[in-house]
Amino acid sequence: MNSAPVPDAAEVGAPAPPPSKKPAPTLDSKGPQRFKALFTWLGFIVVIVVCGIRVDANLVQLFSANSMENMGRILGELSRPDWSYANRIMPAMIETVQIAIAGTIIGSVLAVPVALLCAVNIMPKKIISIPARIVLNLVRTIPDLLFAAVFVAVFGIGAFAGMLALIFFSFGLVAKLTYEAIEAIDPGPLEAMTASGANKIQLIVFGVIPQALPYFFSYVLYTFEVNVRAASVLGFVGAGGIGLHLDQQLNSLRYDRASTIILLTLVIVLVIDYASTYLRRKLL
Amino acid sequence: MIEFKNVVKQYPNGTIGLNNINLTIGEGEFVVIVGLSGAGKSTLLRSINRLHDISSGEILVDGKSITRAGGKQLRRIRRDIGMIFQSFNLVKRATVLRNVLTGRVGYHSTFSTMFGYFPKEDHDIALDALNRVNIREKAYSRADQLSGGQQQRVSIARALAQKPKVILADEPVASLDPLTTRQVMDDLQRINRELKITTIVNLHFIDLAREYATRIIGLRAGEVVFDGPVSEATDAKFAEIYGRPIHEDELLAAEAAKGGVLA
Repeated sequence: MNSAPVPDAAEVGAPAPPPSKKPAPTLDSKGPQRFKALFTWLGFIVVIVVCGIRVDANLVQLFSANSMENMGRILGELSRPDWSYANRIMPAMIETVQIAIAGTIIGSVLAVPVALLCAVNIMPKKIISIPARIVLNLVRTIPDLLFAAVFVAVFGIGAFAGMLALIFFSFGLVAKLTYEAIEAIDPGPLEAMTASGANKIQLIVFGVIPQALPYFFSYVLYTFEVNVRAASVLGFVGAGGIGLHLDQQLNSLRYDRASTIILLTLVIVLVIDYASTYLRRKLL
Repeated sequence: MIEFKNVVKQYPNGTIGLNNINLTIGEGEFVVIVGLSGAGKSTLLRSINRLHDISSGEILVDGKSITRAGGKQLRRIRRDIGMIFQSFNLVKRATVLRNVLTGRVGYHSTFSTMFGYFPKEDHDIALDALNRVNIREKAYSRADQLSGGQQQRVSIARALAQKPKVILADEPVASLDPLTTRQVMDDLQRINRELKITTIVNLHFIDLAREYATRIIGLRAGEVVFDGPVSEATDAKFAEIYGRPIHEDELLAAEAAKGGVLA
């Protein structure tokens, strides 16, 4: 589509950043191409084999009668969900979505000033933008479940810890995507604002925000989608939501009830994904 | 009105952008700056409102030194100088009215503009400015729904909303077709005459310069090589400014004829 920066693992499926003006990379050497392909494949196979040995991958165990039987039994139980259980987990399901909403909104609001500090076209002083980016990268290195575990240890078991975890997670994601969007805006209006005697804040209010706002909202919606999925497993570390129930049912081998939870989560995630994708398309 | 005193612009790589410019531009003049691309037209224009900093010398706007001003004082001087760009520089997603209103921000405190609110007087000024360039009826359209010529008129209205004493136009018609070029130049001329706003325009069309200017300044390699009324700006003079005979594509009439053949 366009030669936007390649998203890292956390953002696969992230909304496309605004078009940038960088030219697409071209292949300029033809000669060593064949060897390159060969070595790429060799390297690829070596990596798979080495990793397979390290994780004790065992094809015999994978297809052994015992594993096959276990798999069949669990799948069988999962395929008969206990629908009567659905009513009892509704409050937890709603709590999951609430954790995601609160975490997304608070985290995204906090992300705005930081995104402005990171964008070099708004903040040309490297002494501010580089430390801001380092902080952002540090926040983004920590997975949401680790945040949740830490906050559970500090604030105790419950949804509050989960919300805090998602605030940090959303903050990192939204701030990064937004500052990249800000850096890709049309500089013309900013120049015009400067020429008309606007100060920095007026430049941001009238030049940057109108251009970056649709992208920002799109990223917030995307982050919300990710957060609903994240919130449904936060309970595994005690940070509230549906995950706690899923953990309990799995531990007590009630796969019928686990199946109900999984299906319900699936429905909610699908509905939210669909609605959010629709809204994002309308925005851009 | 605008005074250049020994203005020199040297780029970090050593290239001379402007070489010892001394000029005085009086109130109400319609000055057209001509020269080859790279001659320093844009640098000269942008040094007036300090979108570009100069290396040495001084520029006075209405008696105040913009080269020494800083912070609030600089923004105050810029408020009195409207600017029009080749690529219009409008916020494309915003409405026309919203774009014109941004010309008013210099008159308000940071706090009162922070939430994007403008008083009724500003709306009247903005609509009046749109009226002057004959696109009042487009006030509530999104800027990117307008044609190039209309967008350039919106940007003229935005400059007018500043209630400027000076209008700078950097190649205002370079991305327009011959017909809309005339409309935009007519607008600029009318505003110059009716509101007595000093107007300085960079152009690369020689016939257009002769038609609209009251004074032509020729630049070559960062130096003023011609400065005089239109009557003195003969073809021979232009050949001198350009350092070579005039080309066909430097005449709007030739461009228009070419367009006519194609159409």
